[in-house]
Amino acid sequence: MDLDSEKKVGKWKKMRKFTLSVLVENKFGVLARIAGLFSARGFNINSLAVAETEDPRVSRMTMVVDADEKTLEQIKKQLNKLIDVIKVIDLTKKDYIDRELVLIKVKISAKTRDKVVQAVDSLNARVVDMGKDSLTVEEVGDMKKINATLELLGPFGIAEIVRTGRIAIQAEKKGVI
Amino acid sequence: MSKLTGAEILLESLKHEKVKVIFGYPGGSVLPLFDKIYGRKELHFILTRHEQGAAHAADGYARATGEVGVCVATSGPGATNLVTGIATAYMDSVPIVAITGQVKTFLIGNDAFQEADVTGITRPITKHNFLVKDVSELAKTVKEAFHIARTGRPGPVLIDLPVDVQLASSEFRYPRQAEIRSYKPTLEGHAGQIKRIAKAIEKSKRPIFYIGGGAIISGANHELIELVERTHIPVTTTLMAMGAFPDTHPSSLGMLGMHGTVYANHAMQESDLIIAVGARFDDRVTGKLDEFAPHARIVHIDIDPSSVSKNVKVSIPCIGDAKRILKQLLRFVKTAPDIDEWLIKINGWKEKAPLKYTKDDKLRPQYVVEEIYNATKGEAIITTEVGQNQMWAAQYYKYTKPRTFLTSGGLGTMGYGFPAAIGAKIGKPDKVVFDIAGDGSIQMNIQELATAVLNKINVKIAVLNNCYLGMVRQWQELFYKKRYSYTYLNTCNCPDLVKVAQGYGAVGIRVTKKSEVRKAIERAIKEPNTVLIDFNIEKEENVMPMVPAGEAINRMIGGMA
Repeated sequence: MDLDSEKKVGKWKKMRKFTLSVLVENKFGVLARIAGLFSARGFNINSLAVAETEDPRVSRMTMVVDADEKTLEQIKKQLNKLIDVIKVIDLTKKDYIDRELVLIKVKISAKTRDKVVQAVDSLNARVVDMGKDSLTVEEVGDMKKINATLELLGPFGIAEIVRTGRIAIQAEKKGVI
Repeated sequence: MSKLTGAEILLESLKHEKVKVIFGYPGGSVLPLFDKIYGRKELHFILTRHEQGAAHAADGYARATGEVGVCVATSGPGATNLVTGIATAYMDSVPIVAITGQVKTFLIGNDAFQEADVTGITRPITKHNFLVKDVSELAKTVKEAFHIARTGRPGPVLIDLPVDVQLASSEFRYPRQAEIRSYKPTLEGHAGQIKRIAKAIEKSKRPIFYIGGGAIISGANHELIELVERTHIPVTTTLMAMGAFPDTHPSSLGMLGMHGTVYANHAMQESDLIIAVGARFDDRVTGKLDEFAPHARIVHIDIDPSSVSKNVKVSIPCIGDAKRILKQLLRFVKTAPDIDEWLIKINGWKEKAPLKYTKDDKLRPQYVVEEIYNATKGEAIITTEVGQNQMWAAQYYKYTKPRTFLTSGGLGTMGYGFPAAIGAKIGKPDKVVFDIAGDGSIQMNIQELATAVLNKINVKIAVLNNCYLGMVRQWQELFYKKRYSYTYLNTCNCPDLVKVAQGYGAVGIRVTKKSEVRKAIERAIKEPNTVLIDFNIEKEENVMPMVPAGEAINRMIGGMA
């Protein structure tokens, strides 16, 4: 890169959300190392989902971070520097499929109950618990879908939301679907 | 195969790693280990008087020799006392392995007596750390610890070892190699990048080498000298790199940054090509980032990818070992670029604004450092504490060889220099080792006089005693209207440092006049014992020139008008 193009720092400083898939040794204390790294260096973590992979010695952490390009570069480098981190994949620059599971407790009354159920049906979401004052909706989808659901159910009054945080997987280069 | 206890496995593993000396302090949770250290002839154990001293001594040993330094402490307070030493080593990329006792595995997490979450506490200040819960993992862990500590960008590694693991037994087989799939530092620089660097050098009109501690760690000094002699590109070194390039060389601009030379800072600011080698663009070097070297393209050679473009955007990064990369670069850089005008300009700055202090009859610290240089013919290992003493030691001693200037650059740890001098002297017994100290710093680990005297470790301490916490006082003078809030230490009255030295069985000398300086230094060098010289220097002498915090580095107090 020459000096001129380096001066075009617009993109360099803009905050965005990035999805990182991080493979780590499935060992005691690894989560603490990563959490410690983020807090010590002032990086913002938006969501984090951790579980074992197909290889039980390896865990995968899917994290969504709020960062500009410069900070993102540091996040990736600092993660790679941790001995227990095997690989850092920046999915943002690749084709990937992402999902999140959300449980939404929506306030209901005798008057609104049917309308809420109708809305849930139209979203292809599911009602997983029904009470007198509230019902719980389960929604699985990518960010767009989750946001649409929350927007539609919002006006009824939301008592509680529980989200898993985003998980993501890289798509095959020429996937069929 | 016969079985060994955890304590024995640890010591056998250290033997395989060719560890000859351990610095440490015993305690309840390392009793089984100390029992096995007892009577081991091939191991030189140095009992310090404080765990912090042990950590700094291991660090000084490592910096002076290039080998891994080892320190041992007990659980809880023993381990927390190592923390400052470990953090010091971490900031300056020094390979040490710290071994701490831990309470029995089944007690961990129970707030047991002398329990602390040591792997938790040291996580952000170690390159890596381990809690060994299974004795059969111990040998492999030690192998990995040394491998991680000494390779890549080196750093401290801690092994936390519970008492019951020290006592448990297992078969011992020391692995030949450490197999860590997620840790493979890049050593060879990218050939394409190296060619780009060569081309950038060829085209440059105002190039400068900006050398950091990484050049010393990788042992790149010969390659650097050859490259400079071929290209005539001027060289500035960071505090951590003093000795990587000879201060006496005509191409040397000395140190840069907050207390660097005026000409080094101006050369950085006006350069069109900065070739950074093993340096990390620390805030003490760059000053105000937005105004740092506005016309320069930046080449950054470093083994740690996270150092690149962390503070300053880099045009040509090259990841790998500095020595190997410079060697490669020598294949492509054959001639000097056309930089005569640039060199003339720099020489003008050198003449206009040399490093200087008032030369009169007063006992000034800069003179003391110069006389230490003259008396040791530049051949000593110098350690420093932190503050004014450190800066004067960097400015007025001329370093010509790597691993001869040991200082806490990153963390800035007062109390580092004296125990580091002890470690350095053990690693390099034929060298004269001088700790250039302040009256504040020396009191932070003065108890190690016992360690030095009892073990006949012949180190010299030059205390530049101005009765103040000098550097903080200097800032108060310049930026806080001379409101000397708690920086007057009154060391002129308490303690009597000469008597303290004598109380420990060391030699104490007081110097109050300029005319006595050289004689005292020469006497100290001749003494076969540890010597402390209390130089009663000018009280309000300042370190100059100086870049005020947050300023561009060419706007210096005491710089060019």
